[in-house]
Amino acid sequence: MATPNTPLWEVFIRSRNGLAHKHVGSLHATDATLALQAARDVYTRRGEGWSIWVVPSSAITASDPAEKGMMFEPAETKIYRHPTFYEVPDEVGHM
Amino acid sequence: MAAPSIHVVETPLVLYALRRADDALILGHRLSEWCGHAPMLEEDMALANMSLDLIGQARAFYSYAAQTEAKGNDEDKFAYLRDVRQYRNLLLVEQPNGDFAHTVVRQFFYAAFADPYWRAMMKSSDATLAAIAAKSEKESAYHLRHSSEWVIRLGDGTVESHGRAQAAIDDLWSFTGEMFEADESERVLVESGVVIDPAALRPQWLRTISGIVGEATLAMPDTKWMQKGGRSGRHSEHLGHLLSELQSMQRTFPGVSW
Repeated sequence: MATPNTPLWEVFIRSRNGLAHKHVGSLHATDATLALQAARDVYTRRGEGWSIWVVPSSAITASDPAEKGMMFEPAETKIYRHPTFYEVPDEVGHM
Repeated sequence: MAAPSIHVVETPLVLYALRRADDALILGHRLSEWCGHAPMLEEDMALANMSLDLIGQARAFYSYAAQTEAKGNDEDKFAYLRDVRQYRNLLLVEQPNGDFAHTVVRQFFYAAFADPYWRAMMKSSDATLAAIAAKSEKESAYHLRHSSEWVIRLGDGTVESHGRAQAAIDDLWSFTGEMFEADESERVLVESGVVIDPAALRPQWLRTISGIVGEATLAMPDTKWMQKGGRSGRHSEHLGHLLSELQSMQRTFPGVSW
């Protein structure tokens, strides 16, 4: 239920053995404290994590899906940017 | 044919375990009534989570009561086959959900007691009670935090939410005294160091309540008169209706499972 009193928040959770917080979803809450509690209640019921971040959705600047071509397609033809393109000399051993 | 009620031999330890189990089951059932009806999805989940915490606590205490009584009763029989006069829960926890403010304040009053109570009970000389207390304390600590935050926001929110929060505090206040009472049966356990005297927690409870109520810009009631009777089976009219719903399947189809 979206009302002016309950803005949208994005939820990030770090799993028990994970290094980074990962986006898991969103929720509505009146403020940061209740957003954190709601994130705990909605997204960690099955032991999903040890740490939660909540961020106001309005604080996120997102790329425009309509600009996908300009933004991302130029990278698709540059396969030499992948390290697998290069041959590793045997003397280097395991990298 | 309806299943008849069981007979329970209420030694002090059995009675103690049943009282705590009944508190948790009835409050957990009340919260479960919100499932699908809460003001917002996030709170629907939060209330259901607290409900499941409490029903888990109830199961632990019923199992211990069954083991201690050793008369062939089990957690299901205690929950489903005792009549309203055999229930030993606080009057507070059986009060109807009312509006969201009433549910929040009821949870707040109970959790502000339960949290320090279970923390103190972790030192019980009874290893099972100490273990149940250790698990319950973490759950109650969150229930207290969650309900406190809501009391503050409702009280310090709009004119409407402030009025509803104050009405809930005033309506439920007279049911809070019972939490701090220990009768003859419980006193036996207090004196042998198995359980703590709940009266000792009253000053701390009052500090917690008045702190949050003040922060919420709400007023403490000045009523001194307190209701009691739940611990000895004299309940408000609301519990019978709750039990008729809770028990209908097992009473109508004894031993049914799925």
